Amino acid sequence: MSQSNYPTDDEIWQLARQQGLDPFPIRFEAVPATILYEFAAYLIPGRMSHWSYGKAFHAMKTRYDYGLNKLYEMVINADPAYAFLLDSNSELENTFVRAHVMGHVDFFKHNVHFSQTQRDMLDVVSRHAERVRQYQFEQGVEVVERFLDAALSIQEHVAVPHPPLLSVKRPKGPPPSGGSWSDLWQPQTTEPKHLLKVREDESDVLQFIIDLSDELEEWQRDVVAMVRDEMIYFWPQMRTKIMNEGWASLWHIELMRAMELTDADVINFARLHSSVTAPIPYQINPYAMGYRIFRDIWESQGKESAFLVRTVDDDVSFLRNYLTEPLVDELHLYVFGPEQDKIVVKSRRWELVRDRLIKEVFHGGLPIIEVVDGDFHRRGELYLIHRHEGTDLDLPYAERTLEHVHLLWGRPVHLETISAQKKIVLSFDGKAHGRATV
Amino acid sequence: MAGFVPDWTLQRKGATDQARHQQKIRDALKQRLPDLITEDSILTADGGRVIRVPIRNLEEYKFRFDPWQGDRVGQDQGELTQGDILGQIPAPASGDKAGRGAGAPGEIPGIDYLEAEISIDDLAGMLFEDLGLPYLKPKMLSNIPRPTFQFKDISKRGLMGNLDKRRSLRENLLRHARQGKTGLGPWQPDDLRFKTWVNVPQEDNNAVVIAMRDISGSMGDFKKLMARTFAFWMLRFLRTKYESVEVVFIVHHTQAREVTEEEFFQLGESGGTKVSSAYELCWEVLQNRYPASQWNIYPVHFSDGDNWSDADNRRTVEFLEAMLPLVNVFGYAEIREGGYTSTLMTAFGTIRHPRFQVVTIGNKRDVYTALKKFFPRSPGDERA
Repeated sequence: MSQSNYPTDDEIWQLARQQGLDPFPIRFEAVPATILYEFAAYLIPGRMSHWSYGKAFHAMKTRYDYGLNKLYEMVINADPAYAFLLDSNSELENTFVRAHVMGHVDFFKHNVHFSQTQRDMLDVVSRHAERVRQYQFEQGVEVVERFLDAALSIQEHVAVPHPPLLSVKRPKGPPPSGGSWSDLWQPQTTEPKHLLKVREDESDVLQFIIDLSDELEEWQRDVVAMVRDEMIYFWPQMRTKIMNEGWASLWHIELMRAMELTDADVINFARLHSSVTAPIPYQINPYAMGYRIFRDIWESQGKESAFLVRTVDDDVSFLRNYLTEPLVDELHLYVFGPEQDKIVVKSRRWELVRDRLIKEVFHGGLPIIEVVDGDFHRRGELYLIHRHEGTDLDLPYAERTLEHVHLLWGRPVHLETISAQKKIVLSFDGKAHGRATV
Repeated sequence: MAGFVPDWTLQRKGATDQARHQQKIRDALKQRLPDLITEDSILTADGGRVIRVPIRNLEEYKFRFDPWQGDRVGQDQGELTQGDILGQIPAPASGDKAGRGAGAPGEIPGIDYLEAEISIDDLAGMLFEDLGLPYLKPKMLSNIPRPTFQFKDISKRGLMGNLDKRRSLRENLLRHARQGKTGLGPWQPDDLRFKTWVNVPQEDNNAVVIAMRDISGSMGDFKKLMARTFAFWMLRFLRTKYESVEVVFIVHHTQAREVTEEEFFQLGESGGTKVSSAYELCWEVLQNRYPASQWNIYPVHFSDGDNWSDADNRRTVEFLEAMLPLVNVFGYAEIREGGYTSTLMTAFGTIRHPRFQVVTIGNKRDVYTALKKFFPRSPGDERA
């Protein structure tokens, strides 16, 4: 056999199903590097225009041009799913990538944290992009850009709907946006606003602003709602990065093994696999870690268990439950961090590594910010609190972010946090910053 | 599936947003020009050198953790052991507001801040976009003969209009003579000779800068640096606008004399100040060497304005008023540390002449303002 018989898109999909995966139908498209990197920068094709995506695109593309990094694929959580491959890849590479994509799409379809994502998001973001263009036309490009800067600065601070399995009682609020247009045409609430200005632990800062900012014009409210919709779509991916890559890596191995490959291709494939799972300095490689954990579950508890984990866990519970001492040793994980003015290696003890890693992936590695009061001082000021869990905020960054929040809220804004063991409140009133120790 | 464009060449969003980002970097750099042009390192560097400028306005601010606080997890091949040092935490930059990003981020990931790279030539280009050459005198240009090419050579090809008839006839005669015939014969293309020309660069666009500096005892290091910085950019600017720029350096305390460029910036002497001595010398230099009919003239004077006497101030003003009709711009830059009004400034306060520009330089950023004031960009005056 001088040449492997590479399976077609459909054959790989059928193969995946025979092996137990259940992906959405997938449409593959081979695209040039510029396009693949563009999609990766925007995270989804057709998304609204903003300079920050251009900045990301430039940075990623430059790294690619210098040979510092190579994206193999970009897969969209949608039904049918879309997967973009690099047109310059070899057939073997793209076969490997197709196999990998089967794992991702199965994960999108079955992991419970994705159960409420909008599977028609490609259409949704195109409509968003169209509306933003319209607003740029009506309001001016710079006005819209300035406003988007603000909305994007706090885009992560939304409440992602809980998956049905883990359903808990939520404070009464508007339902998770059902498709972007719906918020627009239906008045959100008939209750008097002032009654709503204090909500218990409101973690959906964007929704709070959409509902209760007295200053926003309709187009601005719509922009915030669009940013929020898109972030809610992306949150499940942020909280399952290790699992998702691990599952896909597990399955590219399983599916490639089930194909008839030449000896040369087997070796080349092994090389590909080890390049994606190679250690990255000062970080963890989610492919390697996710793969090893899933493989371990499969071997010690059986294939069924691996499928169950893929369905119910997210990265936090995945690491908490399945990152064992032998795996920490085998993956050569270690904790490092600041000590006086140096960054030093602190420990290789497995519980420390595990707990530190859980902290790192918890809430996407972002601080938790909640609204305490939308009528602070009885003057309609916004009071936010940072739920401090051991690490301080970057205060200069927080101050600049408050300027953005002020633009969204239109009245003075405050943020309570802890810095160097002291409770402090940062404030911005549109002109000056304040910093008070409480 | 709606919203899809299979023709990838139509996909331009990434490029468009990237261009917008680059534009924002440029705008941010432009806002920082007053600081950038006074960077000490620039004055000694060659134009191709690239400087790195942190741009805080273009960071994507968000609520995030202190990047230098808290532990993280890494992965290696097993070679690191407890206590190994991976890097150094940069000291906080001056002022909390600047954050710690100003230090070198090193190899530890997670710290990213935006730095724009710009060459000094590009920086100069950006600065010069805002500057112009006021009061250019068209008559000066027409007075200068402008033969920019000369017929100097002969070639076998050329335009018929430039046919050298005499040489062509000669070639025709010679060719036939070689074949043993006399007189003109049938013409061949090979017989023809053409006059060709060479371009002769003609310096038709001359400017002279008379740089005058007070070197009396009161002019300290800061004042020297400001004069130097200003002169650096002024000369660079004029050299991009004119094909040749001559500079006359004059220093003065109670007496004035012409010096070399090096001396101009380095000399420091004690003693009193008579500004009129410099203006008188400037006047003489203009009369003897740089007739206003042929030169664009830019005298500029740096002083702290601490002049000897009112009588000398009056004498200074007289010379100044005599020179103003001759010059393009006469700039007086008063470099001060602290707020006071000098006697010279008071004396100059009575002069209202569009070509006389006065600026006060109290800190580095004023250099930019001064440049813009001396060389305002007024489209009516600027040469295309």
